[in-house]
Amino acid sequence: MQGKTLAEKIIGWHTGEGRVSTGEVVIVKVDYTFSHDAAGPLLINQIGKLKGGTAGLDKDHTIFFIDHAVPSPTKDLSNDQAIVRNYAMGNGLVLSDAGNGICHQVMAEDYAAPGNLILGTDSHTCTSGGLCAFATGMGATDIAIAMSLRKTWLRVPESLKVEITGHLPRGVFAKDLILKALSLLGTDGATYKSLEFHGSAIDELDVYGRLTLTNMAVEAGAKTGLIQSDERTRQYLRDFSREEQWKEIYPDENASYESEICFNASELEPQVALPNSPDNVKPISEVKDVKVNEVFIGSCTNTRIEDMRTVAQIFKNKEKAKGLKLIVTPSSQKVYLKCVKEGIVEMLMRAGAIVTPAGCGVCFGALGGIPADGDVIFSSSNRNFPGRTGNPKAQTYLGSPATAAATAINGYVSDPREYL
Amino acid sequence: MSSRAWKFKDNISTDEITPGRYVGLRSNIPELAKHTLEDARKEFPSEVKSGDFVVGGKNFGMGSSREHAPLVIKTCGVRAVLAQSFARIFYRNAINIGLPAVICDTTKIDEGDILDLDLTKGVVTNLTKNVEIVFPRMSKTMEAILLEGGLIPYVEKHGDLLLA
Ligand code: SF4
Repeated sequence: MQGKTLAEKIIGWHTGEGRVSTGEVVIVKVDYTFSHDAAGPLLINQIGKLKGGTAGLDKDHTIFFIDHAVPSPTKDLSNDQAIVRNYAMGNGLVLSDAGNGICHQVMAEDYAAPGNLILGTDSHTCTSGGLCAFATGMGATDIAIAMSLRKTWLRVPESLKVEITGHLPRGVFAKDLILKALSLLGTDGATYKSLEFHGSAIDELDVYGRLTLTNMAVEAGAKTGLIQSDERTRQYLRDFSREEQWKEIYPDENASYESEICFNASELEPQVALPNSPDNVKPISEVKDVKVNEVFIGSCTNTRIEDMRTVAQIFKNKEKAKGLKLIVTPSSQKVYLKCVKEGIVEMLMRAGAIVTPAGCGVCFGALGGIPADGDVIFSSSNRNFPGRTGNPKAQTYLGSPATAAATAINGYVSDPREYL
Repeated sequence: MSSRAWKFKDNISTDEITPGRYVGLRSNIPELAKHTLEDARKEFPSEVKSGDFVVGGKNFGMGSSREHAPLVIKTCGVRAVLAQSFARIFYRNAINIGLPAVICDTTKIDEGDILDLDLTKGVVTNLTKNVEIVFPRMSKTMEAILLEGGLIPYVEKHGDLLLA
């Protein structure tokens, strides 16, 4: 019998049949649905149009986040957040309020488990694939239906195998791996597909790094990104006191992949995405003399505690370049509290950083850190499309938190290996 | 009824269709729609006419899952979005709100061309160039959702989420 990919396995477990194959269109039951302040009001409005729309809501598995613009900068956004907050509380749903963290990070800390099927009104919902959950982003109407009926329809995607051999060299991180993969795939190279990551570099990567890879699967157009659930997954769940939710999941050895890309991590240097697309990637040695006005270390792509520790190591006893704006956003309150305890916040502040509450704001130009005309930003986030950071007259480079930290110290795009 | 084509490049992102900086207007769709595609074509929101077509290249609508992206395009009165290919979430969102998203060969369409669309026959007619662009039918489920005017009316009609 033909073996199953991770996507086929997990989707199969969520249908009545138990087994599905690529290309089939199926109705699946959903384990978690979530939304946030940027899409929630539209979604709530759509649920309202359904007869008996709220009756089906699964109280423990329906989550509303207030994370996209916190604390709220305008009355319009405050009103939107009030709609979301009141709806969640009024219907007894889970509310992750302002400051608690970016939805994808909180999902990975507290909810997503191997084998789950998760839907959110946000394209980076695929982040939880790093925990081997089939997680995908949809729009407000799709999620309104999924919340109300606890199911959705989807087409079982083709799987594309990304094989990363070798080992991560010093100064090269998960972010560099996914940027390299994007340079090979392009922004539509995996449209409608499941990106399945394999190889020794993935086996050796802890879940904190795996989440960075799956987060950016959507930057190649993918429906989801998936990584096996193994002992490292178990360790991660243990860190968050939910080891009992672990189960081992590997794809079958004779699973069928539509195509495959392969590269060797050992040969990589830090990678940088140049404006205006996350697939416009070059190794750092080819990015010379790019002066930077603002550095943003944040977003759901990274700024988990491991990233923050690396950033702290780079900043040790150093300051940001004069005149450069440096903004750091831990991805969740849990991460923030750890940073406070470990002295990382103090070190960052002494380096000249503004440390903001956990949230999205700076990442998508909603509040804080809006660049001036002509500014060049170096960001650890996932997108550098025109206008993404709030000003279409600014340009954005992407790289790892480590590369961002080294860049902040020097004032121009810099190799973090200099400081590690 | 025939109308003009507004031609855009490949890889138009949701950030260009409805930028994040206007997130505060998301509960006010008519206001938000006044900024539709302004980062890609400044004059678009003020000059687009009811019945016009938005024509993209490859990977139209890449990026975020914001349903506001197809919603503002629809609110501008656009009849359909045509592209060589769509980003997955944008495509699903467009159909879910009843905005036709048609995958066809848009290299045969230039800025300002006058077009006609027959969804049931699967033909875009470029009246300016006098060519017919035939396109394959969308999946049965998506076609059924679009015919009902979107996913909410579709589910209301069937009383459940069913595959067509
Ligand atoms: S941090 Fe940025 S990419 Fe992530 S969910 Fe928030 S806005 Fe989206």
